[in-house]
Amino acid sequence: MLKRRSFVRASLASGVIALAAASGSLLSFTAQAAQPIKIGFSMALTGGLAGAGKAALIAMELWRDDVNKKGGLLGRPVEFVYYDDATNPATVPGIYTKLLSVDKVDLVVSSYGTNEIAPAMPIVMRNKLVFPSLFGLAVNDEFHYDRYFQIMPAGPEPKLDWSRGFFELAAEQKPKPQTVAIVAADAEFPLAAAAGARKNAQAKGFKIVYDKTYPPSTTDYTPIVRAIQATNPDIVFVASYPPDSVGMVKAAHEVGLKAKMFGGGMVGLQFAAIQKNLGPLLDNIVNYDFWAPEPTLNFPGVNEFLKRYQEAAKGKGVDPLGHYLPPYAYAYLQVLEQSVDAVKSFDQAKLAAYMHRTTFKTVVGDVKFGKNGEWAKSRVLMVQFRDVQPDNLEQFAGPGKRIVVYPKEWKSGDVVYPYKK
Amino acid sequence: MWSVDLFANAIVAGLLLGGFYAAVSIGLAIAFGQLDIVNIAHPAFVIVGSYTAYIINRHFGLDPVLIGILFTPVFFLVGAAIYRVYYVAFERTGQESLSGLAFFFGLMFIIEVLLIMAYGVDYRLVSAGYIGRTINIGFVGIPFRMLVPFAVAAALTVGVYLYLSRTFTGRAILAVAQDRLALQLMGADPVKIKQFAFGLAIATTAIAGSLLIIIGPVEPSVGRQYIGRVFAIVVLGGMGSIPGMAIAALILGVVETLVGTFMGPSWSPAVSFGVLLLTLALRPSGLFGRK
Repeated sequence: MLKRRSFVRASLASGVIALAAASGSLLSFTAQAAQPIKIGFSMALTGGLAGAGKAALIAMELWRDDVNKKGGLLGRPVEFVYYDDATNPATVPGIYTKLLSVDKVDLVVSSYGTNEIAPAMPIVMRNKLVFPSLFGLAVNDEFHYDRYFQIMPAGPEPKLDWSRGFFELAAEQKPKPQTVAIVAADAEFPLAAAAGARKNAQAKGFKIVYDKTYPPSTTDYTPIVRAIQATNPDIVFVASYPPDSVGMVKAAHEVGLKAKMFGGGMVGLQFAAIQKNLGPLLDNIVNYDFWAPEPTLNFPGVNEFLKRYQEAAKGKGVDPLGHYLPPYAYAYLQVLEQSVDAVKSFDQAKLAAYMHRTTFKTVVGDVKFGKNGEWAKSRVLMVQFRDVQPDNLEQFAGPGKRIVVYPKEWKSGDVVYPYKK
Repeated sequence: MWSVDLFANAIVAGLLLGGFYAAVSIGLAIAFGQLDIVNIAHPAFVIVGSYTAYIINRHFGLDPVLIGILFTPVFFLVGAAIYRVYYVAFERTGQESLSGLAFFFGLMFIIEVLLIMAYGVDYRLVSAGYIGRTINIGFVGIPFRMLVPFAVAAALTVGVYLYLSRTFTGRAILAVAQDRLALQLMGADPVKIKQFAFGLAIATTAIAGSLLIIIGPVEPSVGRQYIGRVFAIVVLGGMGSIPGMAIAALILGVVETLVGTFMGPSWSPAVSFGVLLLTLALRPSGLFGRK
């Protein structure tokens, strides 16, 4: 009898414990399901690159909202933890250390631009994290990190691929131009672009007659353009940041630059406010770009995305059209999203392996990464400005103003040569 | 590569550039050179001037220079108010050297952040009929984008110089720079004089800002590029001498363009600051400084 009573008590007790354990695990599961996934990053929200950084953030927030509407990543809502790096590379290591050790983020992505990406690399590498990055030029050339995935379509040899199109176009012209001037700002990206341009020019048999750099604080660019003009180059390759790009274009017009092809690596000519202000001065300039509203680049979802971006960007003092960076800022998170969905975990090794072997469908088209984390095949476009009207922003929203002249695969028209008749 | 026309163009471009530098530096020559106020936020006020020109130009289509001139009284009042705060918080208690520097450093950041919050971080530009046009005299090409700022800067420099040397208040400003106690003994209030002078210094940034945005695009933090340059010009000119400042600005402009044309533009800052060091080694008080 005693034994039977003990058995009943024991059974009851174990039942209660089992129930408690089950409900406990259920509780903890519910808590985990509600716990957001934190994605951490630094972003240039003030300082020189803030124009692009803020636009990127708008695109990233659109992605976050889209994912959360679909139920989040692996059923958990996505939350951003980000800090302003003030376009100051020195702040970046501290930000990523804080993101990982204090904020305990689950995933990290990069800030915008080479100078802000490179300082995060040692920390990200130490923690063996997958690192989707946004517009860094050849950052991984120094680090050789196998979990680095860069969304800018600069190609497997970023320094060379950046300007390859410009020199290939030039070499195709008849009679073939002979001499080239290369001018670049004294800053990391333009110097890397100029180094690539030098090699491309030599490979195509051009004679370099002017090869100089200038400090980014230069106020007046007419003396530089005059010095270039004095060497009488057939083509002029410029690697510059937005204020210098504007200065160079205005100076080329004021001095009456006689080169047959002008442009190449000028950052800023992709931004709507600068396009509007420069107006017809842009005509026939051949410059790199990553997207233009041309029929050959009508990727699924890109126009819908841009419409939403343009709505969100109103009144925020950022690029109102957002053709340059925002689609890619959305796409680098699409890559992360599709990878997490596919491997069904946040295991960094599995995510990296998946990213290496997959072709992703994004708003910027198909994205396939190569061994070094750059695009397996370059898609640096050369576009040529045509028939630009003065003081008209809307003209750049549609096709016909930035004709894709390189590469053949994405071409929407032929290059007009020479640049000035 | 050397040729007469390239040399002549470089000299002219350098003079035009130097004229613009003078417009940016003249306010600092008053504030730093004459009043001993280390206004590190001076270029930030120039950027406020640029944004003022941009906003009015965009909405009403007024000429940027005209906007700059029209807004000088507003900038004057802002400058006078800032000096009052500076005086009460630091100068009166004798803490102006380090705390005052921190005050203006902070002010610079506040101005930048306010501009970012209000107008975002996109590059801003203005439109005016003369931007993009060039006048050719012989083989020398003069872009109006540089000529207009030069002409306005020259008028501003001459105007400020005449004001300081010919009017009672102007002379009082020079006097407060030399001997504050002596001025007080003459019955003038040095604080009021300094307040007026600082207002005048900030008023010039309304015009300098409008000239900057005529030359090129502006965003809130672009003023930082000018901090070193404007202080160098004021020191080279001889701390508070308006003609000295103007000549120093022209020298720096010409050196910059000559080096940029014939040696390569990346050498320009090194050679410009080399000239500054050499001058100070030979004349420690600057070109027109009192010994």
